Amino acid sequence: MSGALTLTGVSKSFGKTEVIQDIDLTVEPGEFCVFVGPSGCGKSILLRMIAGLEDVTTGEVAMNGRRINELPPAKREIAMVFQSYALYPHLTVRGNMGLALKQAGEGRAAIAAATDRAAGMLSLQPLMERRPAELSGGQRQRVAIGRAIVRRPKLFLFDEPLSNLDAALRVATRIEIARLHRELGATMIYVTHDQIEAMTLADKIVVLRAGRIEQVGRPMDLYNDPDNIFVAGFIGSPQMNFLPGGLVGLSSAQVGIRPEHLTISAEAGQIAGRVSHVEKLGGETLTYVAAETPGLLTVRQFGEQDHRVDAPVWLTPDPRRILHFDAEGRRLRG
Amino acid sequence: MAARRPLARSIAAHAVLILYTLIALFPVFVIVINSFKSRRAIFAEPLALPTADSFDLVGYRTVLAQGDFVLYFQNSMIVTLVSLFLVLLFGAMAAFALSEYRFRGNSLVGLYLALGIMIPIRLGTVAILQLMVASGLVNTLTALILVYTAQGLPLAVFILSEFMRGVSDDLKNAGRIDGLSEYRIFFRLVLPLVRPAMATVAVFTMIPIWNDLWFPLILAPSEATKTLTLGSQVFIGQFVTNWNAVLAALSLAILPVLVLYLIFSRQLIRGITAGAVK
Repeated sequence: MSGALTLTGVSKSFGKTEVIQDIDLTVEPGEFCVFVGPSGCGKSILLRMIAGLEDVTTGEVAMNGRRINELPPAKREIAMVFQSYALYPHLTVRGNMGLALKQAGEGRAAIAAATDRAAGMLSLQPLMERRPAELSGGQRQRVAIGRAIVRRPKLFLFDEPLSNLDAALRVATRIEIARLHRELGATMIYVTHDQIEAMTLADKIVVLRAGRIEQVGRPMDLYNDPDNIFVAGFIGSPQMNFLPGGLVGLSSAQVGIRPEHLTISAEAGQIAGRVSHVEKLGGETLTYVAAETPGLLTVRQFGEQDHRVDAPVWLTPDPRRILHFDAEGRRLRG
Repeated sequence: MAARRPLARSIAAHAVLILYTLIALFPVFVIVINSFKSRRAIFAEPLALPTADSFDLVGYRTVLAQGDFVLYFQNSMIVTLVSLFLVLLFGAMAAFALSEYRFRGNSLVGLYLALGIMIPIRLGTVAILQLMVASGLVNTLTALILVYTAQGLPLAVFILSEFMRGVSDDLKNAGRIDGLSEYRIFFRLVLPLVRPAMATVAVFTMIPIWNDLWFPLILAPSEATKTLTLGSQVFIGQFVTNWNAVLAALSLAILPVLVLYLIFSRQLIRGITAGAVK
C-alpha cells in the first residue's frame, strides 16, 4: 500500500542557478521523513519535484522502483497538503474532499464512503456542507488533510502545513498528523523550517542547506551525533554553543556543547563570564552568559534557578558531551 | 477643532467629486432632457426641463418609425457582446499562460501584447481596410468584431495577467494533484477568483466599442451592418439636422450600456479596490 521513494542524483536548475544539487535519498515504506532547513534551502522545491509540480533537471525520482519523472502529478498516487490550505473556494468541504476521486472516475457511493471515513478520522462531519470561506484556519487545514487522506495515496506530501496556524493549534495539529501516520501507516514526507516539528514527527530527518543534503538520520542521532557544525547548530533549541577548542584546553579548532551540558557555578570553572539575561520557563531556566572570548553562551538548567544579572559566573562543559569540529566545521569523531 | 478637520476635508473631497460628477453628467443630462422637447423648445431654451408646453415625443417617434433602427440596435448589441466575449476569453487565456507558465520569451511576449495599449489601433486603419477588402469581410459584422477584439485584447491581457499572478500557486497545484486538466484549473479555479478584474476589463472594453463611429463608418457602412452610432448619423445632414431624432437616438443608445454597466459594476468596484482594501 505505502510507497518507497528513491531519489537518485536529483538536481534542479533555473537557468544557470542550481537550486537542488545532486540529491540521493531513500524513503522507506511507511516512514515519516522530514525535510528541514533554513528558508531558501530548496526543501519546498524538492517536495514539488517529488509531487511532479516542478520538472527534474537531471536524475531520477522513483516510486517502488519505478521511474516517475515523466508522470503527471495526478498519476503519481500522491496527495499533498499545502501551507495555504489551497481548498477549492467554490466547493463544499465534501466536494473538496471528493474531487480527486471524482476526477479519477470513481462511483458516487465509493466517493461518499471514502469522504465519510476521512471525515470521521478528523471529526469533520459537522462541517461537510460548509464552504471553505466559512471555516477557521485550523478547520481548513483539517479539511486539507482530509482531502489528502480520501485519495488513499501511497505517499503523503506536507508543505509546511502548520506555518499559518497559531501556536496552540499547531501543537494539536502536529499530534493529529502523528496519529494519522500511525493509523494509516503511509509514507509521509513533511517539509518544515521548524526544527521542533522535525524532531517530534520524524522517523528520519533530512537536513538541507543551499540545495544539498547536510545529513540524514533519526532525530536523536542528529541531535547527539551531528556530522557538522551546521546540523549541530540547526537541530536543537536553544542552539548549541560553539567555542574555540583552545579555550577549554582542547586541540580541535572548534568545539560544540549543548546548553544542558554546561554547568554553571558562582565560584570556579573553565570559562569566566557574567550573567547577561535569565529566562525562567518554569520547567527549565535558560541563562545567557556573556563570556569574554566566545561571546554569549546559553546554559539550560532543570527547574527554577536564580541567577543575578551581571553576577560573575564560571561555566564548565561536560567533557564527555563535547563535540569536536575542524576549522571548516566538519565533525571530528573518535 | 481637531475632530472637525476630517469632516472639513471630507466635505471638500465630496464637493470636488460632486462638481466633477456634474460636469461629467451635464452633456448626458442635456441630451436626455432635450430629447423630450419640441424642436422649437430645444433651440429656445436648451437648458430648460421639458414642460407641459414643450414636451414632445416626436424625436422618439421618428427614430422608432425608421424601421432600421431596431436592426442598428441589434448590430451594435451583436458586435459589442461578441467582441466582449472574445476579448475576455482570449485575454484571460493569454494572461493565464503569461502568468502561469515559464517559457522562453515570456516577458517579451507580455511586452509585445501590452504594446497595443500605447499604440492606437486607428493608426492602422488603412492597412486594416485593405486586409478586410482582400479577405472579403468589408460590410460584415465579423470585420468589426475582429477589429474590436484586437483593440480590446492588450488592456485585457495586461490587467488580467497582473491579477492572475495573485492567484495562489498552491490552489492551482492542488488542482493538478487532484487530476484537474489545465483547462479545468483555468475555468473553474482561476477565472472565478479574478471575476472582479474580468468585470473591470469588460467595462473598459465595452464602452469604446459601443460608442465607436470610426470603424463602422469605414469597414461596415452598409445598411444591413450599420451600428447604432453610425445609424444615428442619418439624422445629421449637411444642411438640415433632425435634432429631435438625433437626441432621441442617443438617449436610447445610452440604455443598453447602462444596463451592462450596472451588471458589471458590483464586480467592478471590488476589482478597483482589490489590494487597496483587504
